Parts: sequence; structure tokens; C-alpha cells
Amino acid sequence: MTTTPLLSVQGLTMRFGGILALNNVNFEVQKGSITALIGPNGAGKTTVFNCVTGFYKATEGQIILHDKGHEVNLRKVLGEKFKWSDYVNPSAFAERLYYKAFGGSHRVNQAGVARTFQNIRLFREMTVVENLLVAQHRHLDRNLIRGTLNTKSYRASEKRALDNAYYWLEVVNLTEDANRLAGDLPYGNQRRLEIARAMCTEPKLVCLDEPAAGLNPRETVELSTLIRHLRDKHDVTVLLIEHDMGLVMGISEHIVVLDYGQVIASGTPKEIEVNPKVLAAYLGTEEGDA
Amino acid sequence: MFSNPNDPPVLAAFKDSLLVGVIALLIFGPISGIILDGYSFNTHFKTPLILATIVFAGRFAYQMAMLTPWGQKFLERLAFSKGKRSVYVGSPNDHKYLWIILLVLFAAGLILPFYLSKYALTVAILAIIYVLLGLGLNIVVGLAGLLDLGFVAFYAVGAYTFALGSQYIGLGFWTAIPVAAALAAIFGGILGFPVLRMHGDYLAIVTLGFGEIIRLVLNNWTSFTGGPNGAKAAEPTLFGLEFTRTAKTEGHIPFHEFFGTVYNPNTKFIFLYIVVFLMACLMIFFFSRLRSMPMGRAWEALREDEIACRSLGINHVIVKLSAFMMGAMTGGIGGVFFAAQQGGFVNPTSFTFFESALILAIVVLGGMGSTVGVVIAALVLTLLPEVLRDFSDYRVLVFGGLMIFMMLWKPRGFLPIRRPYFSKEGQA
Amino acid sequence: MEFHILGQQLVNGLALGSIYGLIAVGYTMVYGIIGMINFAHGDVYMVSAYITAICIAVLSYFGISSAAFLIIITLIVTMFIVSLYGWSIERIAYKPLRNSPRLAPLISAIGVSLVLQNYVQVSQGAKTQAVPTILPGVFRFGNETDFFQITYIQVLLVVVSFASMALLTYIIQKTSLGRQCRAVQQDPKMAAILGINTDRIISTVFVLGAAMAAIAGVLVTLNYGSFDFSVGFITGVKAFTAAVLGGIGSLPGAMLGGIILGMSESLFSGFVNTDYKDVFAFSLLVLVLIFRPSGLLGKPLVEKV
Repeated sequence: MTTTPLLSVQGLTMRFGGILALNNVNFEVQKGSITALIGPNGAGKTTVFNCVTGFYKATEGQIILHDKGHEVNLRKVLGEKFKWSDYVNPSAFAERLYYKAFGGSHRVNQAGVARTFQNIRLFREMTVVENLLVAQHRHLDRNLIRGTLNTKSYRASEKRALDNAYYWLEVVNLTEDANRLAGDLPYGNQRRLEIARAMCTEPKLVCLDEPAAGLNPRETVELSTLIRHLRDKHDVTVLLIEHDMGLVMGISEHIVVLDYGQVIASGTPKEIEVNPKVLAAYLGTEEGDA
Repeated sequence: MFSNPNDPPVLAAFKDSLLVGVIALLIFGPISGIILDGYSFNTHFKTPLILATIVFAGRFAYQMAMLTPWGQKFLERLAFSKGKRSVYVGSPNDHKYLWIILLVLFAAGLILPFYLSKYALTVAILAIIYVLLGLGLNIVVGLAGLLDLGFVAFYAVGAYTFALGSQYIGLGFWTAIPVAAALAAIFGGILGFPVLRMHGDYLAIVTLGFGEIIRLVLNNWTSFTGGPNGAKAAEPTLFGLEFTRTAKTEGHIPFHEFFGTVYNPNTKFIFLYIVVFLMACLMIFFFSRLRSMPMGRAWEALREDEIACRSLGINHVIVKLSAFMMGAMTGGIGGVFFAAQQGGFVNPTSFTFFESALILAIVVLGGMGSTVGVVIAALVLTLLPEVLRDFSDYRVLVFGGLMIFMMLWKPRGFLPIRRPYFSKEGQA
Repeated sequence: MEFHILGQQLVNGLALGSIYGLIAVGYTMVYGIIGMINFAHGDVYMVSAYITAICIAVLSYFGISSAAFLIIITLIVTMFIVSLYGWSIERIAYKPLRNSPRLAPLISAIGVSLVLQNYVQVSQGAKTQAVPTILPGVFRFGNETDFFQITYIQVLLVVVSFASMALLTYIIQKTSLGRQCRAVQQDPKMAAILGINTDRIISTVFVLGAAMAAIAGVLVTLNYGSFDFSVGFITGVKAFTAAVLGGIGSLPGAMLGGIILGMSESLFSGFVNTDYKDVFAFSLLVLVLIFRPSGLLGKPLVEKV
């Protein structure tokens, strides 16, 4: 029995001028799984991420998010170039115009995909709580009149957001730092804050870009526990890029391996561990090996 | 350059200062010392010599101070203050006495106009207009971090809406305010939409270009705007009562006639002052509410990191446009008051780039994003030139020097930025 | 189509464009190396116009009347003094702000611009200044009634401009100094690690830009004969437009952009409307920045996430 995957990537190709960064990448992410995207440096992992999360416009391919029978074409919402067929198909033309004017990366998040960044992009000169409140922007009462007059329903909305923020702070164990400036936090705390912030957008798929980078072994173990907790208790699917093999092998159920912009292997950790192509990509082949 | 490592420190300092002095002499010499007179010239060598000597002395004093331990410590403190925290998180008890202070200030502001001369009144009105403009630009530059060098365009739109509106369709003072606000906001949207993808310096130059285009069009479209001669607006009224000696518009009764008092030219300005003061207070209230609302937070988040904002589902288009439009609207309202205050007369020379620079300086000096800072900076920057009337020729020079100095000393503004404190119950 | 009018506009446009190109070079080099728009650059050009007039006045006073001597000495003196201006401005108002928040250098530059304008205004007066015609004489093309002319000065202007550009390109491409400039532009940190004195290189770039603006100031004053303290602002913005049009950071782009802008402004002024020629230039600036910010010879940037 095959279930519809949460995310299906088909034929994803990315060209930067003359450089072919991704070449016909195909993979699926099952709902409720923890999937890892690995590969040597320069393989194209972050490029895949940026395409999925809407920061790069893929040159070719399909990126579809399936959720409860509802499909979102993650490339379309970014606003694509007009195709000749559009000029004879008014509804397609209208749709493309709409997304060209009002599309963008934010739409991808609105569809249910959240992410963290390799270089941590927190709002450094805002407090921790403020970071989490900003993340809930779409779910808040943004009416100007109600806000200015501080009506009861506005206050209720703000209180809900604050409660939610404090809830997540507890989950990632940052309650004490609630009113510190985000940029002042130690590195490990900043990473956890970024994850909490991503979760505040109520995503279905959360993409973590090298969440363990720069963490010491103890922090890495805590990160594993956190990721598992997110998946188990908050009904979210996790896709991560990671170089720390211990972490990857320990928590992923499915691994996709990239090299030179192509998928060279995918499967369970046990399968990937012994896959000769993967070993060759990471370690290089020895003289005399087939 | 002429010193070698074996020179005693004082000699090295002297040589260095001498070099600096010579450079200063070469720089000041031609422009200050050889004054053009038609095709020939007059010499005034005293000025550059004095200037160069001052530079020399200053540099020498600095070098000598660097040689002593207390001098080094002093400079260290100055340099250290640059890295010092300019952002801090408020504590829950910050605002205990705020209400009392605000009330006192409000009352004082209301009574003030009755004690001022006409000239002082016009200055006060202008100062409050700049408070409005500063608040408006504060949203665009301070909160949203979008460098707008063409803000004067919205100011002009507001003023000309009132002037041309009263000329062509009989727009009155009170109707002009919302119309100008709306029109300026629309212009803000028109400006904002094409520049959505720009950042930093490029955004600044494009907005500068827009500002100049508006000014040049106002200046050259003589048939519609009156060109360099300007346009005249209607007199401000209160329920149909004008504040002039005799009614300028059909059907209006002069104020003093209606109440049976002697005509007092100050009355108009007292009226304008009170209205603009109340408007400013309203705006201050509105903007401080905005900052703690999702929209204000989104602006500040956009300033911090636009990419992170997009990854959180925030529509940067809406956020940027709303910032532009909100700021533009405020500028437009300011323009209406400006037109009213000028005896109803506006012309393009009031809306040059220098105005945009002045308003930008207000926002920057006040601390970007800080409402209190912007208010204080607006008041200082408008009132100071009045105090220094004798040096009015050098006004622009002092102003420019002040901008440079502020950037060198406190680039984040005088007042540190306070971030709100959120306990579990709510915002402190 | 009146060809003599077209011819005249093209000639004027070429002269104007060469000036824009010379000033644009300053903008493009500074932006390329430290990523900031030197707002005061236009006013440095304005200062050089004044220094040109002062030079000519002083030299005439001392009896020097040969056009060649006047021009050459004025060029040298103006370039020297204006380079000092450029160097000092960088040292005082920009260098300390290299690590400041990104608005600080721009605001400081605006301050410098205001200071320069007001300083000159206060010292030399607000009136329009004029210089006598140094090199009269024209080449005339056409017949009695329909003609256009190229003045000797215009020829000099174009020749000197192109020669200066060629010299600068030679310096940047072929000399060690130029190599260091290009290295610092591409990767300042790496250049510093390799032992290049980045501070000195940056100062050099400012000086080079100022020198080019000085040449422009001299040529413009000789050609148009009059100026005042406010010429820096509009010409500066137009030159910046030229720099962006050609592709910011690219030297040949600056010159190309200058010529294109000069020509189109001249043609617009001649055939459409003179009053709105500034609006035309500013609109061009806005359009280029919106639709093709990388310019003609620049490379489009991909956003790095």
C-alpha cells in the first residue's frame, strides 16, 4: 500500500547561468517521517532546500505538497514566467498573473512549509518572545482599528499568541531567555530558537538546514530528542540537511543522498550505510575497486 | 610621512600635525582665500590661514593627548561607546510614571500658544509639522528599514492637494486633510510597488529620483500647478469661521466678527497650532500602538531580516507597501498644515532634496524607530536654527557637519532603542 | 528632419556624455570597492569647477594668456587640489564608518555634500560664476543658414575625456596598483590576508575618482563657461544614473552609460522639450534601477540565501 507522500519532488532541475546545480532530482517525503538529505559538500543539498522552500525558482521540475487531499504546486505559487499556452488559456493566464504579482516565498510557508537557515537568521535585535510573535503573524488579528482601540478580541488574539510563544519556549527549553535579545543568546540556544520560531508558523513540513552545525555532542543529542519530539507530538514531518552522520543515522527513517546535483541513492539508514555509491561519493574510491 | 621612527614622540606629533595643517591650507586656500569677482579675484588669505591653523592646533592637541595615559583612556572611552549597547530590553516597571509626564506635557502644549508671539507661534507650528513628518518617515526608515530619500514628495503632494484643491474644486481646510492623506498614501503605494525588490543605497537613490521628479513636474507644469510661482490654498476655517480680517471666501464669516471681538492676527495661528498639536498627539498615540501590533512587529522584522520574514509566511509586499503608504499619508497631512500656515501659499522651492535630508536627519538623530527620539530631534532641529539666527548663512554647513558628526559618534541615534518586555501575562 | 539640429544635438550630447562618463567613473569605482554611493562626489566636481575658475583668474592676473599653458596648468593644479579633497573626505567622513550600520556612510555622505555646498556658497557667494572663453574657435559644418558647429573646446573635451578614461583603464588593468584595486574590489578580506594595504587602496580609489571629477570640472567650466555652487547635485545624480546604466562597478560601463545618457538627454532636449530634460534623466534613472539594476555591462546578482 502506497500512501500519498507529503512532498513529492519530480525532475527538479536548477540552472545558474551555465552551471547545472541540480539535475533531474526525484524524491519523496512521507507524511510524519523524518527524512534526511545528505551528500558531500557542493552536492546541491541547500539548492534543493531553497527550491522546496521557495527561495530559488527551479528551472524545471515539479514540487508538490500534498495535504489532506489538497495539492499545492510549490513552484506555481512563486510566480512563473508566462508560457505561450497562457495566451490562449485565460484562466491559466489569470492564475499566472496573480502569482506573478502576489506570489513569492511567503506563499510557500503559507502552504505549510517552514524552514531554518544554515547561518541562523534570527531577528537579532528583537527579543526572543518577539521573534516568536512575528512568526505567528498570519494567525493574529491584524485589523488596524481593533488594534488601535485595543478591543477585547484583539487582546485575546495577542494573549493566545503570547501563550503559544511561551509554550514553545518551554518545548525548546528557553523560557529563562524569553526577554533577552535573540542575538545575545549562546549559539546552541539560537538554533533551538530558530526551530521554535519555525514551528510557530504551524507548518506541516519543517525543513532544517544543518541544525547540528556547531553544536557539541551533548547539544546534538538534545537536538535529536527535540526533532523526535516535534514529529511525535506535533504532527509535523521533518526534512533535514545534515553532515553529522551520527545524528542522521540515529533519527532518520529515510535518507536521500545527493552528489553532483543528482540523487545517487535513497533508502533506510541501514541500506545507505552499505551502499557502495554513497561510500564512493563520501570517501572516494580506492585504487583497484570496481 | 616626514617623520622617521627615531624621532622623539613630540617631534613626530609635530611633523604629523604640520602635514595635516598644510593639507588643510591647500584645501581651504583656494575656496576661502581667493574669492572670484567677475573674471578677476580678491584675496582673503586670513581665512584659510586661520582655518588651517585651527586644524593644525587641533591635530597637534589630539596627537599630544594620545601620548599621555589619560588621553588614551579618554579616546578609548569614546571608541568604546560606539560598541556600547544601543538596544536594550525594557523592564516591567519602566512606565509607571509615564502617564503623569504625558499628561503634563499635553496640558503644557495646549496652553503654550496663548503665550507666544506670532513669530514664535509660526516656529512652533513648523516644529510640530516636522514632528509629524519625522514620525511618518520614522515608519519607513526607522521601523521598516527602507531608506527613503524622497519623502518630501509626499509632503509636497499634501500641500499642493490643499492648494490646488481649493483652487480648482473649492476644497476647504478640513476636507483637505483626509483627501491629502489619501492621495499621498496612493502616491506612497505607487512609489512603493516598483521598488519592492530594492535595498539599501539603490532604494535610496530611486526614492531620491522620485522626489526630484515630483518637484520638477510641479515646477514645470505651470498651467496646472502655477510652476515656480506656486499656488494658493484656501484659508483654514473652524465651522465656516475664517481667521482673517475680512472673509476671503464666499459665505465665510471672520471669526472676530462672529464673536464680536477685536481682530487679532494671532488667532489663526493659535487655531492652527492647536489643530496640528492635537493631530500630532493623535499620530503619536496611533504610531505607538502600531509598534506593539502585528503590523509594527512585521515592519521591524522586515528591517532585521527580510528573508527570514518571507520564510515565516509574511508577505513582504504588503508589509513594505503598508510602510510606504502609512509614512506617505503622514507626510501628506503635514503638507496640508504647511500650506495653511504659509498664508496658504506653496511653491516648489519648499520641497527640495534638502527637506528630505532634513527629515531623514530627524529620524536618524532621534534613533531609528524611537518615537520619543524622533519628537525630540524634530523639535531640536527646527528650533535650533531659530536660536542661532545670527549664523543663518552657515545653517546648512552646521547641519551637514552635524550629520557627519552624529554618524561618527552615535550612528544609531542619541536615544537607545527599547524593546518591550513580555511576561507570561502580557506586555509590560 | 533638420540634420543640422540633429548634428548639433549629437555633438552636444557627446560632450555632455563624456562629462557624465568622467564623473560616473568616480561613482562606479567607489561603489565597486566599498559598496557605497559617494553622495558627495557631485559636489567634489562642483568644487573643481570653482578651482578651475580661480586658477584661470590667477594665471591671467600673472599675465599668462597662452591657451595651452592655461589649460595644462589648470588641469594639473585642479586635479591636485581636488584629489586632496577626495582623500580628506574619505579619511574624515567615510573611513571611520566602514563597520557601522549600513545607513551611516550614506548619511555621512549627505552631510559632506551639504557641507561642501554651503562652504563654497558662503565663501564664494551664491551668484553664478563665469570664466572667459579660453579657446575660441569652431569647426562649422553645413551652409549659411543650416549649420552646426563643434567648438575647439568641445573637441578638447572629448579628446581629454577619452584619453583620461584610457589612461585610467590602463592603470586599472595593467599596473600593479590596478591589480590591487581589482583584488580589493573582489574580496577585501582575502586581499588583506595577502598583504595588500586595503585602507590605502580604498583611499587611492577615492583619489582617482576625485581626479577624474576634477578633469570633468575643468572641461565643463571651459566649455560652458558658467556655474554656481549647486551644480553638483543634479549633475551628480545624472552621472550616477550613467554609472548604473552602464553597470555599476564597470569602468567601460561608466563611460558607455555616460555617452548614452548625454546623447539621449541632448536629443530629448533638442527635439522634445528642454524644460523637462531633468525629469527625463531622473525617469531614466528610476526605470533603469527598477528594470535592469545590473545595467548594460554588469552581471545580474542571484540572491544568496
